[in-house]
Amino acid sequence: MATLKKSRIEISDGALIPEKDDSAVFSAWRISFFGALALIIALPLFSPEPYRRILLFLPDGILRTFEVTVLSIIFALFLGLFTGLGRISRIKVINRIATIYVEVIRGIPLLVQIFYIYYALGRIIKLPDITSAVIAMAVCYGAYLGEIFRAGIQSIPKGQMEAALALGMSRSQALRKIILPQTIKVVLPPVGNEFIALLKDSSLVSILAVSDLLRRGREFASKTFYYFETFTMVALVYLVITLFFSRLVALMEKRLHQNER
Amino acid sequence: MNDRVRVIDAKKFFGKVVALNGVTLSVKEAEVVLVIGPSGSGKSTLLRCINRLERLNSGEIWIDNDEVTKPKADIRKIREEVGMVFQSFNLFPHLTALQNITLAPKIVKKIPEKEATDKARMLLERVGLIDKADVYPGQLSGGQQQRVAIARALAMEPKVMLFDEPTSALDPEMIKEVLDVMLDLAKDGMTMLVVSHEMGFARAAANKVVFMDNGEVVETGPPEKLFTHPDMERTKRFLDHIL
Repeated sequence: MATLKKSRIEISDGALIPEKDDSAVFSAWRISFFGALALIIALPLFSPEPYRRILLFLPDGILRTFEVTVLSIIFALFLGLFTGLGRISRIKVINRIATIYVEVIRGIPLLVQIFYIYYALGRIIKLPDITSAVIAMAVCYGAYLGEIFRAGIQSIPKGQMEAALALGMSRSQALRKIILPQTIKVVLPPVGNEFIALLKDSSLVSILAVSDLLRRGREFASKTFYYFETFTMVALVYLVITLFFSRLVALMEKRLHQNER
Repeated sequence: MNDRVRVIDAKKFFGKVVALNGVTLSVKEAEVVLVIGPSGSGKSTLLRCINRLERLNSGEIWIDNDEVTKPKADIRKIREEVGMVFQSFNLFPHLTALQNITLAPKIVKKIPEKEATDKARMLLERVGLIDKADVYPGQLSGGQQQRVAIARALAMEPKVMLFDEPTSALDPEMIKEVLDVMLDLAKDGMTMLVVSHEMGFARAAANKVVFMDNGEVVETGPPEKLFTHPDMERTKRFLDHIL
């Protein structure tokens, strides 16, 4: 588990990042994205009952989903950065703690973690549902991001650190000025993917009475019994959002690489 | 003149492999010393031990009056005074040529931006790359990158420059432009310890040549003498291979 190959960054289970040949007019990305978008627009137009009502009911949930996702990824990024640094630390204790964190978290399903953190924290303090949801997501994704940061840092050639040290820089100066700026470029695509994966996984928090997109859908369906129609719309909305972000990640990556060669 | 670099009975092992087996050598102020020898003879390890990118197992290394090998040595202070040029350049790819040069003076020596930039421009001028100041390393040829790397090391105003096979990663037509810069430095009185097989450079600039094999100094002498009438059989056999 702990042996991600050096100098290679694994793309995890986020959405596929469009590749070069996907720029064709009828690329897979375009068909999926615009197909889903067209359905979201067309269904309420041609069959307002129930689709229009569903569409009007969902936006609160979308906002909540974004709230959970963005807050979680921010905390997860910090956690992940420190974990990644910890995993390459030469101080044994720190290294061990970071490694245990990664191993433990990656060995427990996210849904179980969400329950666990909710009820475990619940014994000590009563937190708002959304807070425990964010904590659970951040703790989980921090471990995955930690591995991405570690792999990213280790993918920078050893000569970079040596050149920096040879110029009289301290290890932390070298890390901040030389290694991490280069790491960011390397990890951006996989981090973007984790963001997308997190956005999808955020649907799990609907079990904690956080009224995200999925939960709003469930609420609507259980009141009106339009199960099929509601979940069709929910799925389409998730799809459009994740596809949009995967394209955004691809564009950012392209931008960053233009600067260099 | 005084010894600027002194290596005394240096030993270095990587596991069971002996990289340095009791090397003793010195470089005087303003002297240019060339180290030659087959690959695996410990030349690069020797350089890397001098600024402590690697630590010796035993022996001493001194830069002027600072003992590099002392556990409590202020190694960062010493490294400021020892410039190093690598075989693979190791320029920072996310910074422009100019920023590559100004970074260390700014954050290590706390030199103000303006002053550091002026100095860097002067150095780029000196290595003939002033027009490439705002270009990223990826857009430079190997020879140009190595010249920027030399300028980067010079920006710290080192007392000694270490060159670790500075031309062996270069295409033949780019070797000269780098050697010219090194020659210019040598003429200017820079103390230099160079691992390289560039005989032309040795003849033109080196005060002495050190031949290493199996982690030991086999023979030391002026370039003319060592290249044409080596005393040791091992030196002769090696020279037959490369000349």
